[in-house]
This record gives sequence, structure tokens and C-alpha cells, in this order.
Amino acid sequence: MEALITMPLVLPPTVIGFYLLVAFSPSYALGGWLGSIGLQFVFTFEGLVLASVIYSLPFMVQPIQSGLTNLAPSLAEAAYLLGKSKITTLIRVLLPNIKPSLLTGIVLAFAHTIGEFGVVLMIGGSIPGKTKVASIAIYDEVETLDYAMANAYSLLLFLVTFLILVVVYLVNGGYLNRMWK
Amino acid sequence: MIHCQLNKQLRGASGIFELNIDAQFPARTFTILFGESGAGKTSILRMLAGLMTPEHGLITSQNQVWFDSSKKIYLKPQLRKGAFVFQDQGLFPNMTVRKNLEFAQRQSNQKKLIDEIIELFELGDLQHLSPINLSGGQKQKVALARSIINQPNILLLDEPLSALDRRTRLMLQEYIQKAHKEFKLTTIMVSHDLSEIHKITDRVLKLEEGVISEVTVETAFGETNKLIKGSIISSKAIGENIKLEILVSREAYEMLEKRSKDDDEIRLCK
Repeated sequence: MEALITMPLVLPPTVIGFYLLVAFSPSYALGGWLGSIGLQFVFTFEGLVLASVIYSLPFMVQPIQSGLTNLAPSLAEAAYLLGKSKITTLIRVLLPNIKPSLLTGIVLAFAHTIGEFGVVLMIGGSIPGKTKVASIAIYDEVETLDYAMANAYSLLLFLVTFLILVVVYLVNGGYLNRMWK
Repeated sequence: MIHCQLNKQLRGASGIFELNIDAQFPARTFTILFGESGAGKTSILRMLAGLMTPEHGLITSQNQVWFDSSKKIYLKPQLRKGAFVFQDQGLFPNMTVRKNLEFAQRQSNQKKLIDEIIELFELGDLQHLSPINLSGGQKQKVALARSIINQPNILLLDEPLSALDRRTRLMLQEYIQKAHKEFKLTTIMVSHDLSEIHKITDRVLKLEEGVISEVTVETAFGETNKLIKGSIISSKAIGENIKLEILVSREAYEMLEKRSKDDDEIRLCK
């Protein structure tokens, strides 16, 4: 299970994109079944989102997993002995105590998705106004030699991702809390 | 009455050994379980609480079966109604002291009970602090208060007095005693050092090489403190002869002995 979730870290994005494309294609079993209940994932925005979720899963899972293993086991055990179920313990005790890991996971997964190229190109198909994302747009602009437009997109992505990371490190490093006091 | 027969392979200081015990804990008694570190004391508590399963064995509390390997019965810790005070306390850092107590309740918010517990353990000043800001002794006190809030039928204490200075240790002992009496608990306390604690306990069980045996308080106390039984006879200071039977550590005995040589007020005899 862990190996499966971590796979997207090492697998070329195009490979994942290709298999997802095949899986969701209406001519195969899964895609056909999804089509029959009205879900279409190939070359649609929904498909793009779903693929990105799968692709960015390790970035979310790993910080949370390491956060949980670093918690003292006595926290969960104390909650069980107080009669709390596993779900209650997870929601009320474990997750609130790994907030930095949660934030890191959410933001890394988000930032990673912004810069995604291979998977979204394969499953989304770069349809203008529908599934063409910024990172693909940059490639297209360079292809047509519109360097000014490519620069605009690139600069925007650069700033957004940089800002996100700055915020994460500020919050997790406790700088904001200290500045507040 | 709690009865347990436990059998489990454990890894100790000198390799793998087999824990094989059969013990009974009569209702409302205070038992101290002592033995060297790595002897399996904590494992016994964990098996009673349901946090660890023995390979073979049986645990019953009154008429309820908590564990029976032959019938494949295992009652979850949530259903055993046991209380456990961990060595590292296990307080929830995301809640204040009071919130820790509120969260601990099985029934929904009983404000009166919480107020009572806060008063009993003198936590009034600490109730709105986060556990992160408490001292070791205060944390133990909160953990003790939190563990008994649901009126458990058994209280398991894992070395609650270790790593505390003498004054804090004495204070915490008072609270443990108070909790044990007020809530009519069956208490089992694990310890590797019995100094001062003997006044609370009803009996002492010694765990050695995976086997439990009952010993007298004096034996146990003497073993952990290298005790010497002696008498002090004092005369002049009080004006009459008073004979005191004492148990003191070797160190203290030597000090007294030295003093009795150059001071005829104190006479020491073995």
C-alpha cells in the first residue's frame, strides 16, 4: 500500500497519465462503466483533478504519516483507555497535534499540482479554456515563439509557488507566532 | 477482584525471557509491583489495560472476562473501564488542563464532577494552562485526575513517582492515596524504587525473572534501599528514654552511627 502510494514520486508523470488515460477511456471496462453512470474523466477538467489527486497523493501522505509516527504512542492509548473510538481519537487528538505536518502536506500537494505537466497533458489533453493549465500554456507559448506571454505565465507561477513555500516555513517555524507576541 | 494469568515472551536487558505470572488483585487494595527495569512490569500493566495481548492467558475482572486466549476473547481497552497513568503522562497538548478533563468524560459534560476533581487535586490555578507549560509533577497530577474521571474499576500507575524531586514525590503520593481512597479503586502501581511509598500500599509484589512473588513491605523496601533495621535510643534531649524502631538507608545509618559516637544523646543498636 505504502509502495503504491509512493509510486508517483518516482514514476514518470507520463506513465501515470497514460495508464489513467487508458483506464478512464470509454472503450475499456472502468471508463465504460463510469460513462454509463454519466462520468467522463478523459479530456475533462474533472479527470484532470482526479489525476492530480492521485499524482500528488504521496506529497500529502508522507508528511502526515511522519507526523503521526512522531507523536507519542501514549496519546492515542490514553484516548482509547478513556473510552474514545479510533475515529474520535484521530479527529480530536491525533490530527490537531500534527497541524504543521497537515499544513506541509496540503501546501506541498497544492504547489506540486500547480507545476504538474505530464499527467494533465495526457489526461486533460490541453483543451483551451477547459483543461489547459498554466504550465502547459507556457510550453505552448514557447512553441509559438511568444516569449513575452511565456514569461508572464512563468513569472506568475514562480511567485505563487515561492509565496506558498514562504508562508509554510513561516508558520511551521513559529515566526508568525513570535512576531505576534 | 481482578485475576490474571499472563504468558508472554518479552525482550529484557539480558535477552528474551518468558513472563509467566498468575496474580490476583482484590478489590480496593493497593498493590505495588516492583522489579528491575526491563523485568516486564510495564508490560503487565499494558496487558491488564488491553494495550498489549499476552500469548496465552486469562484476565477477569469481577465476573467480566477481559481476555481469554482459549476462547479467543479480547475486550478492547475502551470497554475495560481501566485507568492508566503513563510514564510520559499522555496529556493532550492541543487542549488545556480543563479541556483534557472534559474530553476524558464518557458521559457528556458533567461540570460538577469536573469542578470536584479540580478541587480535589488542587488544579484550580492550572486549569486553563496548556500541558506544555506544566512541570513534571503537575503533569502527573493532571494525568491522575484525568484517568479517574470516569470512575474506573482499576487504576494502573506506571512509575508515576520517578523523575520527580523528593518534595513533589511526597505531594503526589498524597494525591494518589486520596484518589485510591475517595474513588474506592483497585490500584496497581509499578515502581523500581520503594522509598517512602510503603505507607500507602497493602502489599508488594516482586517481579523477577518473569515470575511474581509476594514479599513483605520491609523486604521489598530493604532491597531497594539496602535497609538496616535499628533502634535509636535518645535520653537527655527529651528527658526520658525513648526507643524508636527505625528503618533507614545504609547511608543514613552510617551517619547516625557516626554521630552516636561523639554524642551520647543518641545511642544506636542493631
